Amino acid sequence: MLSVMDLSCYRGERRLFSGVAFQLNAGACLHLEGNNGVGKTSLLRQVSGLSPVSEGQISWCGQPIADNESFRAQRIYLGHDLAMKDDLSAMENLQIDAAIAGQAVEPDKVLMALQSLGLKGREHLPVRMLSQGQKRRAAIARLLTRQARLWILDEPVVALDVPAQAAVGRVLKAHLDEGGMVLFTSHQPLPMAVPSACMTSHRLQG
Amino acid sequence: MSPFLAVIRRDLSLALRRKNEVMTSVFFFVVVAALFPLGIGPEMNTLRLIGPGVLWVGALLASMLSLGRMFAGDHDDGTLEQMVLSCASLPSLVGAKILSHWLLSGLPLVILSPVLALQFDLDVQAIEVLMASLILGTPLLSLIGAVGAALTLGVRGADVLLSLLVLPLYVPALVFGAGAVQAQAAGLGASAHLSILAAMLLIAAVFSPWACATALRIALE
Repeated sequence: MLSVMDLSCYRGERRLFSGVAFQLNAGACLHLEGNNGVGKTSLLRQVSGLSPVSEGQISWCGQPIADNESFRAQRIYLGHDLAMKDDLSAMENLQIDAAIAGQAVEPDKVLMALQSLGLKGREHLPVRMLSQGQKRRAAIARLLTRQARLWILDEPVVALDVPAQAAVGRVLKAHLDEGGMVLFTSHQPLPMAVPSACMTSHRLQG
Repeated sequence: MSPFLAVIRRDLSLALRRKNEVMTSVFFFVVVAALFPLGIGPEMNTLRLIGPGVLWVGALLASMLSLGRMFAGDHDDGTLEQMVLSCASLPSLVGAKILSHWLLSGLPLVILSPVLALQFDLDVQAIEVLMASLILGTPLLSLIGAVGAALTLGVRGADVLLSLLVLPLYVPALVFGAGAVQAQAAGLGASAHLSILAAMLLIAAVFSPWACATALRIALE
């Protein structure tokens, strides 16, 4: 499980937030709320391990996340940039992405992941030919091709149409049912069939 | 597929689909090396004297042409973030990026160099030494250049800054690379020069991926 204690973030001299604390247990989902520029993305990058933590503590199963091999293997971060190469197909992107992450994945599993997000028939097109929303669907399919317990999602439903948002909701629910954890930011409510008991929200204030 | 091979496979398949990027640096090398004999005229002795130096400077500039794109593309589309987050160590993934840069922009120059060397009337022994020096030298250029590319990542006007940063560091490779052919022509043997090049290559192979990884982490913070 993930626990964040007394976390602060500075951008140069300016303090974005301080004293942030929350806990995320197995099967729980945390919606991080806050106005633009309040530091939601910065917080997610700190939790994922991309940005260093100067004040406060982030720990995974009781261990700090810095240089923590088990944490590295169990979290996945989906940011604003989709990490898809335009000249490769969605299929190739996801396969190589999994291999680079150190988790080989069967082609069938990638195909199923793409199809469950409504990209059937477009698996082998270069990503350049997909629309913005379809690219994001393909990026979300990455969550299904990797065995990560903690999903860190930055605005996962931006540019998605209503059916795709519902598909994302189903994917998240299945993950939570299996004991996974989700930490996400979103300005739109997710159409999720998640029992409100698992769903908490944390409002970030500057 | 290991993470190291996955990075190489991705870079090579991207290069196959965007052939123009690879061809640009190869053609640049060919054109630069072909212009000198045209400008200087058919003065065999002069050509033989300047040949190794011209080919080395051409290789150096051609290899630098593609440096700016080494990490910039991955930085822009977010794949660099995913590489940093990978379970594999970042220096090994960076090493794979550098190796694929060499395969795409160093190796073709090594293969073309004997053909271009003929224009400068170099004999077979000189061509052999030139190729040996380029085989050892072009990976060294990629390794040194990668550090510059990582340090200037995300900086405005990165291309000019990159040249200013990297070109002085290329000097030892140029001196010993082109010097190897001249030493061989002078009857001194090229082994000393080639050994020094090999030593520089080994040192760079150890330190450069690690330095790049540190610079990339800072660029992403």
